[in-house]
Order: sequence, then structure tokens, then C-alpha cells
Amino acid sequence: MRLHEYQAKGVFADAGIPTPGSEVASTVDDVVSIAERLGYPVAVKAQVHVGGRGKAGGIKLAEDSDEARDAAEDILGMDLKGYTVEKVLVEEAVDFTNELYVGVTMDRGEGKPVAMVSTKGGVNIEEVAEEDPDAIAREHIDPAFGMHPYQARKVVYDAGVDKAVARDVASVLTTLYDLWESKDASDAEINPLMVTSDDEVVAADAVLNIDEDALFRHPDLAEMEDEAAEDELEAKANEYGFDYVRLDGNVGIIGNGAGLVMTTLDLVDYYGGKPANFLDIGGGAKAERVANALDMVFSDENVDSVVFNIFGGITRGDEVAKGINEALEQFDEIPKRVVVRLAGTNAAEGREILNDELVTVEETLEGAVQRAVEYAEEDQ
Amino acid sequence: MSILVDEDTRVVVQGITGGEGKFHTEQMLEYGTNVVAGTSPGKGGQEVAGVPVYDTVNEAVEEEDADASVVFVPPAFAADAIFEALDTSLDLVVAITEGIPTQDMAKVNKRLSEVDTRLQGPNCPGIITPGESKLGILPGNIFESGNVGLVSRSGTLTYQVVDTLTSRGIGQTTAIGIGGDPIIGTDFIDALEAFENDPDTEAVVMCGEIGGEDEEEAAAYIAENMDTPVAGFIAGRTAPPGKRMGHAGAIVSGSGTGTAESKIDALNDAGVPVGDTPAEVVDHIEDFL
Repeated sequence: MRLHEYQAKGVFADAGIPTPGSEVASTVDDVVSIAERLGYPVAVKAQVHVGGRGKAGGIKLAEDSDEARDAAEDILGMDLKGYTVEKVLVEEAVDFTNELYVGVTMDRGEGKPVAMVSTKGGVNIEEVAEEDPDAIAREHIDPAFGMHPYQARKVVYDAGVDKAVARDVASVLTTLYDLWESKDASDAEINPLMVTSDDEVVAADAVLNIDEDALFRHPDLAEMEDEAAEDELEAKANEYGFDYVRLDGNVGIIGNGAGLVMTTLDLVDYYGGKPANFLDIGGGAKAERVANALDMVFSDENVDSVVFNIFGGITRGDEVAKGINEALEQFDEIPKRVVVRLAGTNAAEGREILNDELVTVEETLEGAVQRAVEYAEEDQ
Repeated sequence: MSILVDEDTRVVVQGITGGEGKFHTEQMLEYGTNVVAGTSPGKGGQEVAGVPVYDTVNEAVEEEDADASVVFVPPAFAADAIFEALDTSLDLVVAITEGIPTQDMAKVNKRLSEVDTRLQGPNCPGIITPGESKLGILPGNIFESGNVGLVSRSGTLTYQVVDTLTSRGIGQTTAIGIGGDPIIGTDFIDALEAFENDPDTEAVVMCGEIGGEDEEEAAAYIAENMDTPVAGFIAGRTAPPGKRMGHAGAIVSGSGTGTAESKIDALNDAGVPVGDTPAEVVDHIEDFL
């Protein structure tokens, strides 16, 4: 789960990381009155879950109230890479001499946290990592002991951070690691950490992504989830508890188990179709869950046909068949043609129950996918 | 023959009194697995499906001489259950639980480096040596005993490939689901090494997916160390960058590594044919036998 910049900054500030004065606003008038209060110049920053906000016109500097009003009018309501900007952060602009990058994440290859510092801050750090990996100093941390102060100092010195601020940067990194750990974050980053002409450091941005599997330990953070930031269908999937990703094709795909669902997507593509979504109903799904899955995919107007691919282990074919029947019997006319392939636990019982006036039953995975692709082409 | 488990494996079920634990204990017993004990703190002295329940794993291991455990404990308590298992003399711990926080697994990973016990999973379907023993939730009826080993990051994809193998008369030595989480115990290389050392395994299927670099590393291992032929499958060719597709690990960073393409290329370079469909993987296996 990704927090907005203003939310992450609040968490960072509470932990003692220096941040510029700032407030959130959702109207133009509020932006101007906050800017007056903070004093010019200010930065007006779109609060949406996309990278590269600055380049896309989502961050503007304002020197006076007219500019603040203009910036607010430009940014509030704008479409930023598919997301509508509903909130902006109004923040004191920092007069800086240098921009650093400081981050903590999980190195999955090593199975250990890694702390990172770079003097190439203020730019896309993924690009730096790719083009000039040596520009980022890294230190792996033993998750059982946490980060020792010497490790924070080491990575700061390795990065070549100016001695005048090294101690403060190490202190920010230590706090950031402690936050990463205590909040069950997957990533905690500051980019840029600005160095002022007085040799002070200030977090001018804040990234805090939380491991969704650990949200049960952090009800305060779970409350910060911004459903408005999600695609309408993805928000609905969240409510139903499905792993769901919307894609740009027209063959709806429902299955059990991430690997099998991905494979079904790949096969749709292989047979010349275009997947409309990834929907994993998970393990042990009962009839109601199956009906919810169909409801989800039918709600996507881009979908022309649906392939339902179940290989039961923990999931029972008869339960799935019951769910499909119940869901489809509610319609006078079923909105999209549905192809079902059932295998594994209780698959024979399931195929027996399935109402084949409502769905097309196929024996094999390949057969089911080809049939769904054909239907999608016909119904286009 | 087989790797890691066989008919002599004596199994403890951690979380045996829970819904999943109870149901799958029954299923495992029905398959012939030698389930000798279960654990559930505070419920020691009870029985589930005729299996004695203990309060602690240590007690279960000592009293029943167990050598493997299967973890069906809910995510919030699962890391603790794995730590408990790693603190005993067990050879193998299979963690089925899905949704264990990643930082918990990093701590488990650290502990693993200090003990002799092998962990499989978490978020995995388990392990099966057909006709002998299954530890986990795999549907036993689709497996046949034979000479092909299988290792996979995905449960249901395993079933799909196994079903195809079995329907063409090709049986399996052992099938092992290593799980799709970012931090896991047994990885591809561990399983491939065990299959390489098993004289009865004549060919291996390796099912991977997008995310991480485990498949690339496995490809390098195969090129260097394996005589047993391997055929591969990679799920997620059509996945868009930046989206998480179910498994925590199945996310493409967009920076060139971890994509289906980089994994397929690495496997091809190591002499491993990769099927475009699960059926094609089995075609390759047929060519090997």
C-alpha cells in the first residue's frame, strides 16, 4: 500500500526527520491562504500515486499569491497519468545547494534489508541504478539486529556525502531504517534529501510503501488508504478481496492461483486474443466468491467474453460450478459469453452440475482459451 | 526414489485444530502420509482425525519421532510457528500459509542460515512423492509415480503441468512447490540440485514466473552443474510492468530484469527449452525420455 507524500511526510516528521513546513489543500483558496501563512516561495505538489510528477506538470513553484493561485488552478483537477488530482501539498520551497537520495528497501535476492545513499538525488533513482550503479552506496542489514550506527555512517561515507552534513544524513538514515522496520514498510525513501546553504538537511519528498500483508499490525496506516486513488474496478476488487489487475484487452480471465491465471493470460495472447484483466479468486473459493468474480468481470465494459479456468486442489469444482450457475441464473440475458474449464478436485461433479445452456464447457485449458478468443472476436 | 520426502517421512501438522489444518490432515492421511502428530498451543491431549495433538512442536517431535512438519498457521502467527519448528531436530518444514509479512520472513531467513533444518515455502502448495507421501494441499489424485521431477513457484500451474504429464503416461518422482513470495526457503537451485542427485529423476520440469531473478540464477546453475535435462515454463509473458499479479514476487520492475523475456532467454542460453504453453513443456519432456 502506497501512502501519499503528505501522509509519509507526516510519519517522517513525527519520527524526527526534518521536513519543510507544509499543509494539504483541496481548493484553490486554501492553497493561497496556506501559501500566505507559510511565506513565499512555496511548492504546490499534486498528491497522486504516480512517479515523475514534476516532469508531468504536477509540481509548480510559486513566488507570490498570483502564482500560487495559478499553480493551484493548473494542478487541482488535472489528469496526471490517468489519475485526477484532488489534493495538493503546499510546502515551503527549500533553498538548497545539493540533493541526496536516501532509501531502505528489501533486497529479495539476499533476503535482507538494504540501506542506500547516493549523492545523485533529485532525479529518477531507478535510472541511476541502471546507468551508474556505483553512484549508489549500499549496505545490507541483518534483520534480526537492525541497523547499527556504524553501518549508517559507513554507507554515508561510501556514498561520498560531504563531511559537513554526513552526521546528519546518517541520523536521517537511521531514523528511516527504524521507520521502515517498525511500520512494516516495503520501501522508505527520501528523494531528494536537500542540503541547504547552512548545511542542514531537509526531506523535500517522502515515499513510504507498506507491506499489505502486514497491515493487520498497523490499523492507523491501513486507515490512510486512499480508495479514490484506485481504478473503480480495482477498488471493487479490493472490497471483494480479489487479486485483480485491469488490462486493455477484451477477454475477461478468471482463475485460481496466480501462476495459472498468468498462464491463462499468456495463452489468450498466444491464440491471438487480448486479456482484459487478471483475476485470481484464490484458494478454496465458495459459490458466493465465484459469483462476485463474474460480477467483477461483467462490470468491465471492455470485456467481450470470459474464460473461467479452475484447477482445483483446495478449491472444489462442484462449489465453483454452483457459483457460476447461481450467478448466471440471475440474468434474463447473460451479458457476455462464458467458457468454463474445470479440472482437479471434484471437477467431474462440477461439470455434471454446470448448466451448459448458460456456459460453454471445455475439457482442456487450450480448448477453453481458444473458444473464449473466438467468442471475443465474434462479439466485437 | 524421490527427494526430501518418502513413505517413511514422519509428519507433524502445525495448526492441526484449525479448519485448513484439520481438513488437509484428513486428506494427507487418506493419501497415505505418515502424519504422526499435530500441534496447537493449549490443545495438547486432544486428537484430530486420530492424530495426537501437542502444545509444542518440540514435544510432538520428541514423543512421536517426527522428521518433518507442515505449517497451516494463520499469517499473523506463522513466522513464530516456523521459528518454533526451526528450534527442533526436524529435517524439513513446509510452510503452506499465504500472506506472511515480508519482514517476518527476512528474520526467518536469517534464522535458517543458523540451523540445519530445510524450509520449503511459505505460500506454497507443498511437496509430494506420488504413491508415498504428500505434505501440503496438492490434489493427490492427479499425480503418478514415475521418473520426472517438478519444481514450481506456482501451485495451480504445477497441477496443470502434472495433469498433462500424467495424462500422457509420464509419472513423477517428486513435485515441489517452492512458493511465490519474495523471500522463500528452498529455491529452484536447492530443488534442482536434489533432483540432479536423485538417480531416478531422468528429467525435470521447472515452472517459473515474472519477478525476481531466481530463474536467471537457476539457469546459470543448470548450465554449470546439471546432466539431467530440464524443460521450463515461465508464466506472465503478457503481464504489464509495475503491476503485482497475485504473488508478491510476480511483479515486473520495468527495468529489464525479472521479465518473462529475460528468464526465457537465460534458460534458453543454458540449453533449457521453454514451452509457450504447458502442453509444449511436456512435449519437451517426452523428447528427453
